[in-house]
Amino acid sequence: MSHIGSYDERVKNFSWNIAEQELGYKPGDVINIGWYCSDRICQMGKANKLGLIWDGLGGAEKRYTYNDIRLASNTIGQFLRDLGIIPGDRVCLFMDKIPELYLGFLGILKTGAIAQPLFSAFGDESLFIRLENAQTRAVITQKKHAPKVRKILEKMPWVEYLIIVDQDPSKPLQQREVALNLEELPKVERFDIYPTYAETPSVLHYTSGTTGQPKGVKHVHYSLISQYLTSKWVLDLRDDDIYWCTADPGWVTGTSYGIIGAFSNGVTQCVTDAGFSAENWYRFIEKHRITMWYSAPTAIRSLMKAGDEIIKNFDLTCLRHLASVGEPLNSEAVIWSEKVFGKPFLDTYWQTETGSIVISNYPGMKIKPGSMGKPFPGITATVVNADTYEPFGESGKIGLIALKPGWPSMMRMYWNNEETYKNKFKNGWYLPGDRSSIDNEGYFWFVGRDDDVINTGGHLVSPFEVESALLEHPAVAESAVVAKPDFVNMEVVKAFVTLKPGFVGSKDLDLDIMNFVRKKLSPLAMPQEIEFIDSLPKTRSGKIMRRILHAKEWGEEIGDTSTLEND
Amino acid sequence: MEDMKEIIKAYVINEYVEDDSEITYDTPLISGGIVDSFSMVSLKRFLENKYKISIPDDKATPEAFDSVNKICSLVNEYLK
Repeated sequence: MSHIGSYDERVKNFSWNIAEQELGYKPGDVINIGWYCSDRICQMGKANKLGLIWDGLGGAEKRYTYNDIRLASNTIGQFLRDLGIIPGDRVCLFMDKIPELYLGFLGILKTGAIAQPLFSAFGDESLFIRLENAQTRAVITQKKHAPKVRKILEKMPWVEYLIIVDQDPSKPLQQREVALNLEELPKVERFDIYPTYAETPSVLHYTSGTTGQPKGVKHVHYSLISQYLTSKWVLDLRDDDIYWCTADPGWVTGTSYGIIGAFSNGVTQCVTDAGFSAENWYRFIEKHRITMWYSAPTAIRSLMKAGDEIIKNFDLTCLRHLASVGEPLNSEAVIWSEKVFGKPFLDTYWQTETGSIVISNYPGMKIKPGSMGKPFPGITATVVNADTYEPFGESGKIGLIALKPGWPSMMRMYWNNEETYKNKFKNGWYLPGDRSSIDNEGYFWFVGRDDDVINTGGHLVSPFEVESALLEHPAVAESAVVAKPDFVNMEVVKAFVTLKPGFVGSKDLDLDIMNFVRKKLSPLAMPQEIEFIDSLPKTRSGKIMRRILHAKEWGEEIGDTSTLEND
Repeated sequence: MEDMKEIIKAYVINEYVEDDSEITYDTPLISGGIVDSFSMVSLKRFLENKYKISIPDDKATPEAFDSVNKICSLVNEYLK
């Protein structure tokens, strides 16, 4: 029997109070995610239970009990406090998936500061924009990523500390740099955890929109209530589970379910810092006897691409429950997983702003391959007319997904951007920016984004950001960036580029532009294809009509071109 | 062959390695997290431009790109 049991019964009798009671929290109490994810589990008698098993490169492995996690997060918390980090300060985690990322996240929260995880593959410009917006006071990183921060440190006087977790003692530190060697610091047994409350900010995750700069999504400590319960009911985390969330904590899945959901439920979770290969992943599952696997459609489709034969080399019978997030999981992938693993990947839908799963398939509920499933109990979700923002009265109509605000992990604000935050709400609904329909049994079916944002491998890329970066390349006169269909990543970035006089499109220039964007922004934002054209389609007022280029890529009708500028 | 190895190694170091980590011909590039699946596209493009070849997408797998030695074997298949 799964934790959720009967979905319909749960919906009927739901209250967030269920999670509050299980966590021993009462409204008005202190609630600190760092404490709930380590000290509380120890107090429940699980101090010696393994909380984190980490596999690094070349066979490296580290194991942490919940008591180790408690001590290490205390130690990092004390280290930060001794530096002068105070509650409300933004502390960025800019690291690969190494133990210090997970332990540092909890340590930051224990001090009352706000954790700002950033994807370690970000280029210096992506990094700068986010650190500037947050006015981040300290950046915790590894020596391999420190050069990217150093490159922009001069422009960031607000960053007081660059904390390096694996600094070679023989190499001198530069100005503003501090070494944090967790294994050498004395373990802090008692740490005075800052008394955060429900609405105290906890995590700042950045996400991209169609226009403007990336937005900092502010979450609070009360988000724990949603993250704990959705981990229990959707991921069905059990005490004896060995759990693997493949997401990087630079993105919200990696923190909501790769840290908070897992540790607050007291399960053993495994992390691998190695890059993707089908063989490595299957070996990892077999080695650690993973029972619950939360992954992403891109990874699943990459595994499909690697073929079924390779699976026969591994014993994967340990897998009990599979789920997926990031972009819609196509029905072929659901059917494939049932064929090769004996169970389907259950699709879950949510986004950075929702903080936790809001629509999902559930253990025990009838699965319709390709469907997003049904709203999580306690979440009111519907599809509204894109013009009136009124819910449709009948099934099958395509409109905007709309959520009634008020669940615990709902974002509280876009950092320094109240106007954009307010624009996300219409007619009393929060609009995630996705389109779908609802069938006559209440299942949601994803249709697509309602804007130009590109969802590549489950990560949102802003065309505006890529276009801005492209314009900084010496050869580029103008550009338009759209999504291009891709089997593995669902969408990839494609750029249409016009060149400045004196430049001619060539394969070498194409590669040069690709690498330019990759280093400036990130590999995700790098155009996978560049098409050099003479002019971009524009309106008479000079606005680039991305819609026409998008339609061309997707083989769709171009639609109304009455405003198109004549050549 | 040695030339090719050195050229590809130098390109990988220059484009994808941020610090002074040592790279050998056998260093795992994809499974070692040095080159991610998105960046693999630019590495493939470099090889195609440099050696005037076309590598089919289904041959450009994480396994085939996992070290300088493996990349050289792949390139050599299409040079013939």
